[in-house]
Parts: sequence; C-alpha cells; structure tokens
Amino acid sequence: MPEPFNHPSSLTNTPEISVGDLSLAIKKTIEGAFGFVRVRGELSKVTLAKSGHLYTALKDDVAVLDAVCWKGTVLRLGIKPEEGMEVVCTGRLTTYPGRSNYQLVIESMELAGVGAILKMLEERKKKLAAEGLFDAARKKPLPFLPRIIGVVTSPTGAVIRDILHRIADRFPCHVIVWPAVVQGASAAAEVARGIAGLNALPNPPDVIIVARGGGSFEDLMPFNEEVVVRAAAASKVPLISAVGHETDVTLIDFAADIRAPTPTGAAEMAVPVRDNVLAQVLDDEQRLLQTMSQRLETLRDRLKTAARPLASPARLLEAPTQRLDRAAMQTEHAFEKNLTRSESKLVRLALRTPADVVNAASLKLKNANERLATAQTKMLDKPVRDVDGLARILESLSFKKVLERGYAVLRNDQGQLVGRKNNLTENQQVTITLYDGDAKASITKA
Amino acid sequence: MTKAAENIGKMTFEAALSELEGIVRALEAGQTPLEDSIAAYERGMVLKQHCEARLKDARLRVEKINLSADGTPAGTTPFNPDQ
Repeated sequence: MPEPFNHPSSLTNTPEISVGDLSLAIKKTIEGAFGFVRVRGELSKVTLAKSGHLYTALKDDVAVLDAVCWKGTVLRLGIKPEEGMEVVCTGRLTTYPGRSNYQLVIESMELAGVGAILKMLEERKKKLAAEGLFDAARKKPLPFLPRIIGVVTSPTGAVIRDILHRIADRFPCHVIVWPAVVQGASAAAEVARGIAGLNALPNPPDVIIVARGGGSFEDLMPFNEEVVVRAAAASKVPLISAVGHETDVTLIDFAADIRAPTPTGAAEMAVPVRDNVLAQVLDDEQRLLQTMSQRLETLRDRLKTAARPLASPARLLEAPTQRLDRAAMQTEHAFEKNLTRSESKLVRLALRTPADVVNAASLKLKNANERLATAQTKMLDKPVRDVDGLARILESLSFKKVLERGYAVLRNDQGQLVGRKNNLTENQQVTITLYDGDAKASITKA
Repeated sequence: MTKAAENIGKMTFEAALSELEGIVRALEAGQTPLEDSIAAYERGMVLKQHCEARLKDARLRVEKINLSADGTPAGTTPFNPDQ
C-alpha cells in the first residue's frame, strides 16, 4: 500500500472541507466585501466574445484584475472599450470557482478624465490620418442635384424632422432614412452599418447625411469610434457629417467629404433651392434664344451687305449675255460676209441669168436703134430736102405754065395763097405772082 | 428622339446644366461658326428641356429602411417623422 494512505491526516482538529465548499466560502466573502467598487485602470486584452459578452482585464503597474462585461451591459456602456484605454469601472467582484479566479463584473465604464479621452482621440486621429482616411484627395464632391438622399440618424426626434423639412422647402426629392441609435454603446456599430448599408443598396443614394443633434461630449463619442470613421471613409457615396452643434467636432467630420455645422445645414448642402435652379435654367434658355437671334440678325445684315455688289442673278448674267450677243452678231456678220463673198464668186463663175441676157440684149438693141435713127436721119435728110426742092420746083413749074397763059397767083403778106374774096380785107398788102415775076398790090376794096 | 437627345436623357442634371451654360457662353462669345452654332443651339434647347423636366417633377418621397433582427435591411416603409 502506498505511504500517503498511512500518513495520519487528522493530526489537527481543523475540520476538513471540500474545495467546492471553500470556493463557495471565498465567493461569499469576496462578493460580500466587494459588492460595489470603482476601479481605475488600463484596459488590456479586450475581447468581445461571440456571445456578446466582453472579456478584458484592468491593470496598473503592479497588478492585473480580470473583468467581464455581460452582453446587456456592453450595449449600454456609452464607450467602446479599447486596448490601453484608461477607464474607471464600476461593478462588483465575483469569483469563478471552476478556475480559481476572481474577476470584476463591470456595470458601467467611463473614461478616466477628459484629458485622457482627448489624448486618446488625438492618438486615434493620428493613426487614422496616417492611414490616409482623412486625405483631401479622398474627398468626393457633392452632387449638385441628388435624386436620392440617404440619412443615417434616429428616426425619432427633431433632427430627422428638421432635415426633411429643409429638403422639402428647398428641393423635394426622394429620401431614404436608415434608422440608427445615435447614443450609447451600439450607436457606433449601427451608424457604421447604416453608412455601409446605404452604399450597398441596389439603388444607392447620391449623397448620405449622418446626423445627430447636440449632446454632451460623451453622447457624441460614438461618432469618434473607429468603426464609424472607417465606414464614413469607405463610403463611395459622398457623405455629409452633421453631428452635434457647430462647435462640436468628432472624428467622423474628418472622414466625411464635408462637415455640416448642423443637421439643417446638411440638408442645405445636399440640395439647391429648386426655384433658383429653375430660374437659372430659364435664364439660360433666354440667353440662348437672344444670342442666337442676334447672331442671325447680324449674319443677315452681313449677308445683305456682302450680296449688294453681287446684285441679282439676272444682273450677274448681263455682262456675259452682252458678250455672248456681240460674239453671236460677229459670227453672223462674218458668216454673211463670207456668204456674200462666196456668192459673188459664184455669180462670177455661174451662167448669167436670162434677165441679164435680156437686159444686155435690150441695151444692145437700144444702142442699135439709136444708131439706126441717126443713120436714118442722116440718110433721109438730104433726099427729103432734095425731094422738097424738086417738088417745089415741080410745083412752080406746074402753075407757071398756067401763069404763062396769063393767070396770076395772089398771096397775103404771109405768103399764103388767097383764093377767095372773103379772105381779103381793105388796104391788105398782097403779092401778085405773075408769070415773069411778083408784084406788090394793095386791096382797095374787099 | 435623336441619338444626341438620348444621351442627354442619361446625363446627370449637373452635367446637363453645366453643358447648357457652356453652350450659352460659347454662343454669346460668338466665336463658333454658324453651322456649329445652330447645332449647339439645338443641343442647348434639348439640354434645357431635360433640366426643366428634372426640376418640375421634384417631389418629396420619404422611406424608412426596415431592419431585420440581424441589422440587415428588409424593404422600406413610407415615413413621416411628424406623425
């Protein structure tokens, strides 16, 4: 048999108790003595379990105290526990008999002094800035006129009402509200999910407003959370932050594309005033019409001026027409001249016309006639005169024979024979021709 | 509708308005040739109609995202914060 079984175990009177009993006794003692404590320390080994419970440890330079924060409390904490965070936790101590552990059950947690918080925020800001989340180059311009506006905020309260009223006043449009708690431990996660969720919609908004009304420094803490800052920085949709009052600055403001002083201010940034834009469009239309009609007027004038020397198409044709006419006339003339020349040549070459023949013949005939007449005169003159002489001789010879027989011939002073008494007047001078000569006589009585 | 007019239908309001303003300025400067001016004028008028239509059909419609238990969106419901 092994030694230990023979070793006397009841050398003292101290009663023997089980581990379970002892652990239970310790548990009672500790929980009774430390049922409510406030412990200041630095958070370490912060772990959020799948169950929703938060496991961490509070430490200072000499000791470490395990701590647990049950799920229901985590959601109400107001700050998000982070590694290295200096906090003051309120709660109670409890033991975990199964592991010989004791731990602090955290009921509430607050940051250890504003100075510490600001220092923490400054460090966080530096870290995120170093990642480039606040770079100016990342800033996206807001759309001039969004079709859809997404708003991440509490669906109750003045903030959403103010935003919607201002949008309705300026430029009514489609607004999608993503409801989110904006205060308390779950706020950061809900706001971050809202930003990502709006981005992921099949028909995402053109601009997102993340809004919260004024509140205490602690109230606004969710908007300093890294998850919110990262969601804002990752948003593909331009984002306007409008958290608290104008003087409040949270880290989301640095990641947002633009910071609005108030939720109402965010609405004003998101949409223009419809009437102003409409007036602008109508003014553009007026200018378009005016400048175009002026332009046309000017061009019409210039055209008129330019066309003046050109005159009408008919006048344009006048000079060429004239030239054409002259050319045509010249051609005709030349043709005629040519024709005449050819004709005369032809005439010279051709047989004479019957008319010409007749003309020529009649000319000849006329000449011949004239010559004949002359010749006739020449030929007949002398014989006629000869004949006349002879006749007169003959005649005188004939009545002289009678005169021989004693008859006389009486003639008036004009040589005419006076045969009858009626032809004689008183004192008329007459010539009496007798056989041997003439004698003058005067009629004494007729 | 011409091809140009279809493209304008797809333009954002801002792009349409800024192109319209650009056309107005260019025409007022009077540097563009007449042919181009007429084309620009016609385009300007289509842009203006596009902008005006966009401005005239403005109306407020507010929806609230319904969140399921796991925080994912599950449709929307009309929303009026005044009620």
